[in-house]
Amino acid sequence: MNATPEVQTETLTLDGEEVSFHEGETIYEISQRAGREVPTLCYDERLEAFGACRLCVVELEGTRNPVASCTTTAEAGMVVHTSTETIEKHRRTLLELVASENPDATIDPLRGFASQELNELLCKHDVQPGRFQGQLSGTSNNDDNPFILRDYDHCISCYRCVRVCAEQEGDYAITMMNRGFDKQITAEFNNRLKDSACTFCGQCVQTCPTGALGDRKAMRAESLPGKLEKTRSVCPYCGVGCQVDLLSKEDRLVGIQPAMDGPANEGALCIKGQFAFDFVQHDDRLTKPLVRGDDGELHEVDWNTALDRAAEGFRKVLEEHGRYAVYGIASGRAPNEAAYTMQKFIRAGFGTNQIDNCSRA
Amino acid sequence: MSNPLADMDKPDVFFCIGTNMTECHPVAATRIKKALKRGAKMIVADPRKIPLAGMADLHLPLRVGSDVALLLGMAHVIARDGLTDNSFIADRTKGGDEFLEHLKPFSPEWAAGITGLNPADIEQAARLYGRADRGAIYYTLGITEHICGVDNVQSLCNLALMTGNLGREGTGINPMRGQNNIQGAGDSGAVPANFPGFQPVNDPDCQKKFSKFYGREIDPVKGITKVTALNECGKSIHAMIINGENTVVSDPDRAHCQHALESLDHLVLIDIFRTETAELADIVLPATAWGETDGVCVNTERRVQRLRQAVPPQGEAKPDWWIVSQISQRLGIPGFEYESAKDVFNEVCGLSPIYAGLDWDRIENAEYQWPVPEIDHPGTPILHEGEFKNGRGLFSLVNYRDPAEVVDDDYPVWLTTGRRLQAYHTHTQTGRSAGIDYLLSEESLEVHPDDLTALHLTDGGFANLTSRRGTVKIRVRASDQSPPGTVFCSFSFNDVPVNILTGSGYDPITETAELKVCAVRVEPVEE
Repeated sequence: MNATPEVQTETLTLDGEEVSFHEGETIYEISQRAGREVPTLCYDERLEAFGACRLCVVELEGTRNPVASCTTTAEAGMVVHTSTETIEKHRRTLLELVASENPDATIDPLRGFASQELNELLCKHDVQPGRFQGQLSGTSNNDDNPFILRDYDHCISCYRCVRVCAEQEGDYAITMMNRGFDKQITAEFNNRLKDSACTFCGQCVQTCPTGALGDRKAMRAESLPGKLEKTRSVCPYCGVGCQVDLLSKEDRLVGIQPAMDGPANEGALCIKGQFAFDFVQHDDRLTKPLVRGDDGELHEVDWNTALDRAAEGFRKVLEEHGRYAVYGIASGRAPNEAAYTMQKFIRAGFGTNQIDNCSRA
Repeated sequence: MSNPLADMDKPDVFFCIGTNMTECHPVAATRIKKALKRGAKMIVADPRKIPLAGMADLHLPLRVGSDVALLLGMAHVIARDGLTDNSFIADRTKGGDEFLEHLKPFSPEWAAGITGLNPADIEQAARLYGRADRGAIYYTLGITEHICGVDNVQSLCNLALMTGNLGREGTGINPMRGQNNIQGAGDSGAVPANFPGFQPVNDPDCQKKFSKFYGREIDPVKGITKVTALNECGKSIHAMIINGENTVVSDPDRAHCQHALESLDHLVLIDIFRTETAELADIVLPATAWGETDGVCVNTERRVQRLRQAVPPQGEAKPDWWIVSQISQRLGIPGFEYESAKDVFNEVCGLSPIYAGLDWDRIENAEYQWPVPEIDHPGTPILHEGEFKNGRGLFSLVNYRDPAEVVDDDYPVWLTTGRRLQAYHTHTQTGRSAGIDYLLSEESLEVHPDDLTALHLTDGGFANLTSRRGTVKIRVRASDQSPPGTVFCSFSFNDVPVNILTGSGYDPITETAELKVCAVRVEPVEE
């Protein structure tokens, strides 16, 4: 990729250090670049900054109140403090407020890519729920869809789901209704997602920082033993080539998460890439070689028998009908190595070019 | 694609034709949606009112199979109104004068007569694309799956060449590939005309190189295509090895296809499921699936990426390369002593100029788009920058032809086929993934509400869909997504085997089937 280096001419002072920046950069972006730990909950780098959670506030000399660093564009000569006693106290209070609004529960990381963000911040700032007594937010929605859990008791109104659906996916399927403690993420007419513009791409699930939205298919594996592993790969469906992380526990493939840095998808997926993975360990999978017997039926045999029979059949046709009588069809779904060995089998084996793939179908 | 996916942020004008991108390549479509939001314009040419058409500034609902007429009409207007990029034509192309002369008779009125479009809309489309600083063309199988698929693609190339919309950011001719590694299958040489890396089999140097490496003389003549091979089953073709393709369901004219495979003396199938095609095979060999296999795949923008194993294979399943190698070794074919996918891929890199700068370790982070002609080359996100592979871009003198089959008194309705968002291909994978049937449980025939009465159909009832090749029973769903006189369904459901009906004709050059056009009769039937 041809990334043009940005011209950095201006500077500001960040925690006593002079830092250069380019026009349009926010204080939050500069802090990230400079390795500062500024907490956020409503921030997703793919989305327009929103300034709702106020956790990223910093002290800006010359202003009376702390400012949200994610929505404040840097200006030359600014003097910024990202972590002062006041700021830390402020962040802690905010987190205590958030914690008191939500039920105290462990959220399984299977719920979604960002599902641990709130819990991690609470741990890091050693925040206990219960300092503020009040109403709990949200009501759970009885949406019967098999993909997306809508557990709004954990919702903190950060709008990341609403924004990712609009800005990133362009579907505008969900929005916010009501105010105060009745505030609620909703789909059209407060109906099921199925009856809305939702395409079940799962983007809302993966950006949710609390697990209020959860990947129902992955969550089926919450009770499975074993450590959750992630393996980087590429989606098996269309040709866009979205990168994914395969979630596995021991020998089980349990879910998919988008790769936020996948060059083709930059964190996006569609319903197929996000949710249609469990064919891999389906009971219908072929597990043993099959050979057709004299009774006309396919029978399970060992590999040697099957491979000998496969080779023997080609040898016989070669003898009886010559080398042009053998044809190979490679797959557009298997890896390069499959297609390459298929064409080599035909070319090196028979000296012909009797090979094609399924792209003409 | 001539341009990278990231370039989809950059065009001023998108021209999308024969691509139902929000359903078939949804993640690519999100990039278009973002570009539209920041002010890009979009023309969508598609017989159906697909979701992309709803977002377009101009939707051209052309009659199925009339693309060449539309594109000639647009080219005529671009030439007539002086919207051509004359310096690009002079510096980078060949045949421009003849082409501009060729266009003269193809007025928008002429094109309107064939496509059923309004001539003013054709003019508007031509002006939008012709005046764009960065005009980008995106297409899919709605362009290629026709008897005139090559003509369609060449017509799109003509438009890009005459307006200089090639070889720059945010422009180009961009086919969206439909399968995760269909690009890689071609790259790897699984085509009858080319060795790996698109090296022609009839090029003496290439033929010599591969004959030497493979240790035997390889014919300097092209093999036959799969379509011809299926016609030749039981005649000149007697044995086949098929890897991961459910030919019986995915290919046109199912009865013919089934008969062809039954006529073979020996059919070896390598797959992950016991598909409809497996039922015809003599030997069925269980392959490892995605998630169980290390390997390489190449996406629609020529990006070379690694597939990684996350879980152990089911049962005794083995990687495809291992299975093919084992059969080869038993036949005494040398050069199949691979121990890993890495061994295989590195061999391809050594033989293929487009991968020459790559190897297994170098593609770890997926940053390369081929061609990568040498080590330290950064890859080639945009093709045809500065010059074309063969020197100059060639204009083609294309003419319109009717589809292989046109509607008549016996078969008065156009049928066109495609995919749906929730189901993929022959549904062997999506059909075995929990929850998909919550959104899509059966296939149905999209019929325009105005046609229901005329055809005596009821919404939710059943119809027999009959072409010259067979009949399929299908549920009817009223939808104005399809225009009057045209019906649509997908080929994903084996219980609605729509490819019994298709297969009226093939492109004479690529032998790609005309899956997008078929004349049918639609009659009500009891459930």
